[in-house]
Amino acid sequence: MSESAATARSQILNSIRRALRRGEISGAERQAVEARLAAPPRGPAVARARLAQPEKVALFCQWAEANNATVARVGAAAVPAEIMAYLARNNLPTDVAMAPSPQLADYDWASQKMLRPRRGRGEASDQVAITGAFAAIAETGTLVMASGPEHPVTLNLLPDTHIVVLREADIVGGYEEVWERLRERYGKNRMPRTINTITGPSRTGDIEQTIELGAHGPRRMHIVVVRE
Amino acid sequence: MHPIFAAAILSAVSKPPSPPIRPRRVALFVTCLVDLFRPSVGFAAVKLLEEAGCAVEVPAAQVCCGQPAYNSGDRKTTRAIAAQVIDAFEGYDAVVAPSGSCGGMLSHHYPGLFDDDPAMKLKAENLAERSYELMAFLVDVLGVKKVTARYDGAVTYHDSCSGLRELGVKDQPRHLLGSVAGLTLREMKSPEVCCGFGGTFCVKYPEISNAMVGEKSADIAAAGASTLLAGDLGCLMNMAGKLQREGSAVQVRHVAEVLAGMGDLPAIGEPDSREPG
Amino acid sequence: MESTARDFKHNVDHALADPNLQDSLSKLKVGFSERRRQAAERLPEFEALRDRARDIKNHALANLDFYLEEFERKVLALGGHVHWAPTAADARRIIADLCLSVGARTVAKSKSMVAEEIALNEHLEAIGIAPIETDLGEYIIQLRHEPPSHIIAPAVHLTKDQVADTFLEHHAKLGFTKRLTERNDLVAEARHVLRQKFLDADVGLTGANFLVAETGSSMLITNEGNADLSNTLPRMHIVLASIEKVIPTLEDAAVLLRVLARSATGQESSAYTTLNTGPKRPGDLDGPEQYHVVILDNGRSNVLGTDMQDMLRCIRCGACMNHCPVYGAIGGHAYGWVYPGPIGAVLTPQLIGVEEAGNLPNASTFCGRCESVCPVRIPLPKLMRHWREREFERHLTPAAVRRGLALWSFIARRPRLYRGLTALANRILALFGRAEGRYRALPLASGWTRFRDFPAPPAGGTFHAQWTKSRSVKSPSAQRKP
Repeated sequence: MSESAATARSQILNSIRRALRRGEISGAERQAVEARLAAPPRGPAVARARLAQPEKVALFCQWAEANNATVARVGAAAVPAEIMAYLARNNLPTDVAMAPSPQLADYDWASQKMLRPRRGRGEASDQVAITGAFAAIAETGTLVMASGPEHPVTLNLLPDTHIVVLREADIVGGYEEVWERLRERYGKNRMPRTINTITGPSRTGDIEQTIELGAHGPRRMHIVVVRE
Repeated sequence: MHPIFAAAILSAVSKPPSPPIRPRRVALFVTCLVDLFRPSVGFAAVKLLEEAGCAVEVPAAQVCCGQPAYNSGDRKTTRAIAAQVIDAFEGYDAVVAPSGSCGGMLSHHYPGLFDDDPAMKLKAENLAERSYELMAFLVDVLGVKKVTARYDGAVTYHDSCSGLRELGVKDQPRHLLGSVAGLTLREMKSPEVCCGFGGTFCVKYPEISNAMVGEKSADIAAAGASTLLAGDLGCLMNMAGKLQREGSAVQVRHVAEVLAGMGDLPAIGEPDSREPG
Repeated sequence: MESTARDFKHNVDHALADPNLQDSLSKLKVGFSERRRQAAERLPEFEALRDRARDIKNHALANLDFYLEEFERKVLALGGHVHWAPTAADARRIIADLCLSVGARTVAKSKSMVAEEIALNEHLEAIGIAPIETDLGEYIIQLRHEPPSHIIAPAVHLTKDQVADTFLEHHAKLGFTKRLTERNDLVAEARHVLRQKFLDADVGLTGANFLVAETGSSMLITNEGNADLSNTLPRMHIVLASIEKVIPTLEDAAVLLRVLARSATGQESSAYTTLNTGPKRPGDLDGPEQYHVVILDNGRSNVLGTDMQDMLRCIRCGACMNHCPVYGAIGGHAYGWVYPGPIGAVLTPQLIGVEEAGNLPNASTFCGRCESVCPVRIPLPKLMRHWREREFERHLTPAAVRRGLALWSFIARRPRLYRGLTALANRILALFGRAEGRYRALPLASGWTRFRDFPAPPAGGTFHAQWTKSRSVKSPSAQRKP
């Protein structure tokens, strides 16, 4: 840090401390805030986020649809066929960008001869992307995507149509369970570069307060919920 | 919140009604607008309180609650006036105002004026605990359930802001109006939106105030009632003035007047055909 | 942005006479408040969440230095950079230097009120860098060279037809020569034009809804996904955030998220909520190579520990303006600077001076609707009143108002004088108003009578006069003080 940058930093921090009429936090007060960081207290429990697993799945589907996504619930073996049928129904190309994830590799894509997946990041020319999801939140019908080599962020954003393969077991009640899973998977101090939580297709209400879908991100979102 | 008040609310929602505690000596805080422009509201309040079993007194030393100074940022004057009010209303079981705005000033804002004066703060808090808006006092504290008045026609009710948001006055006047013979209530689409009065606001920013009261008068017209009621004279004068300027035939009255059976008086801003007193 | 807050009254006249604006506002007043009400009703825990949201922000403010340092530590650990900007000028310089360091020609910008506050676009343009607003509303007003009129719906003052004209004027040279009439076509055209700009941009600049100290993440919330394209495609991502945006943990973020979207648009959740933590990682196929967070103070730390501190809890949802009848009458531009509505009325005097923005906290009826919907329970009327008190103390209140107040206060503090004068006024007003029941004009009250009749009191005297008369007949002792 340059000298002027260090000065700017201490100028702000000192100004805060002066205003709060104290020095740097120390002693018991410091221990208290550190403890709060180490074991984050949860907010008021939301009843809607605390359902049994089957109801969670149902609630997720309900909210996802309310937010303009479409949902199909199928067994693992039927995933490629469901996606193929969706593409055909909507007149979409069968050249698709697919997340290079081991989880998606387990499905029998070869069963659909017409489907031509390209594994990699999203490109401007992509019409359709297929990705998995790190988790999903029943409370609001929200998908949670964690970035990494097996899930490029561009796949969530650039294509017109985003198809998400979601395992029922990855549907949790509320945000708090997602945070827990993230800490478990990546370590407490090492978030993935990007967590996208996505609720339905991209939208805007900026012209006359009327919702239009597909502002910048996908216009269509189809969620294939995979039965256990 | 005053314990009696809290108990009354609790009992209303959960428990079988306990015998209402009836404050005997009630002081009326007339408010300066009622005093000067619409004395009948004060008499209506007295009648309603006496019918509910209160002994009503009107301390002569009362003037204004101090809102004009308070809302103009003049804290020193506000404190002086508040001290005067606190003094004038000492010793009564309850202090009742036919206005949510003035009632809210006494019950919600006075204590904060004396943060640096513990003795006065104590007195201000004591007054705050004893101060009520009329409708809330009648229903929540005295347990009044009905009145004997008659008023023929459809009315619509505007929720004045301070009463609604500071004091929770919403259902009480509607509840009592429900017992008035011949009266039907037709709600506006947005009865909770401010009418644009705002004390000195209406003359400091008359164009904005006019836009707001214009919208309110459209909402009133759409409700299709022949009478507009509210619990604050400032709002009533503002809305009456606008309606009359627009040529509306809607009559404007304070809710206490209708509840006290004084609905045959000339409405606010209507000519008085009675002989001069 | 240049302030016109001093010309508030002039701005108001202009706004009230603008039919397009009035048309837009009439929709806004019903739409946002109704949707918020329904969203709040759907979540039984909403009020408890508001309480907790308030407490979280209060806790963060009380330990602001600690959480900012913690946030910085986490960002650095994951390869990001943190820059501290005490003033708007510092922030502009830091961002300009960062852009120049990668030879940037264009910057894809995702809506940021703090960027408006520091007039970043003008500064970048002056040094030859083109900032491109990518939020649809911001893009429209950038083309029209207008400031935003709402913090979450910047083009809410415009009609579809105005947007269509603007697009035709600016997109014709890109080959879009047909004037569009449908909203979805307008959205599609903007998407097409902006997509290329995203792909070409060297730098992505976003604000932040929250900075999470626990993880060193910046949190961004949009419905369009423009912030995500801004922080994913360009090779440098700059986050510009003010100091009070920091919150302790992800659990705290969950609480704030639950109240934010519901308060703002009545949605259960916005479409995109994104946590960004540092630059692209080894093995990642996309993402920015550099990640910078610019932390701006710009006078905010002076508010801590004062009776105005509550304003720093604001999470910029816009509910206060959506529910404000004054905003609903005049729209956002009349406020004359970046932040409109009730929160603008308390923030603006702090940020640009009460001498300049003194009208704003006065232009309120204190109806309290803003406070009743604020997700973090900011006592906005109380804060506006504090400003009025400061104006009064500093003799900024208009002289006529002060004189009137002084006279009124002299009288109000002398009950006997007051009784005498009100009795007189009552008699005169009753006497001359008797025939009509009201006045169409009154001396000294033109502010009232320009638009409204003034009701005359009925004959018979003031309440106190009548009361004294009636009770002295019944019981001579009734007037005695207890």
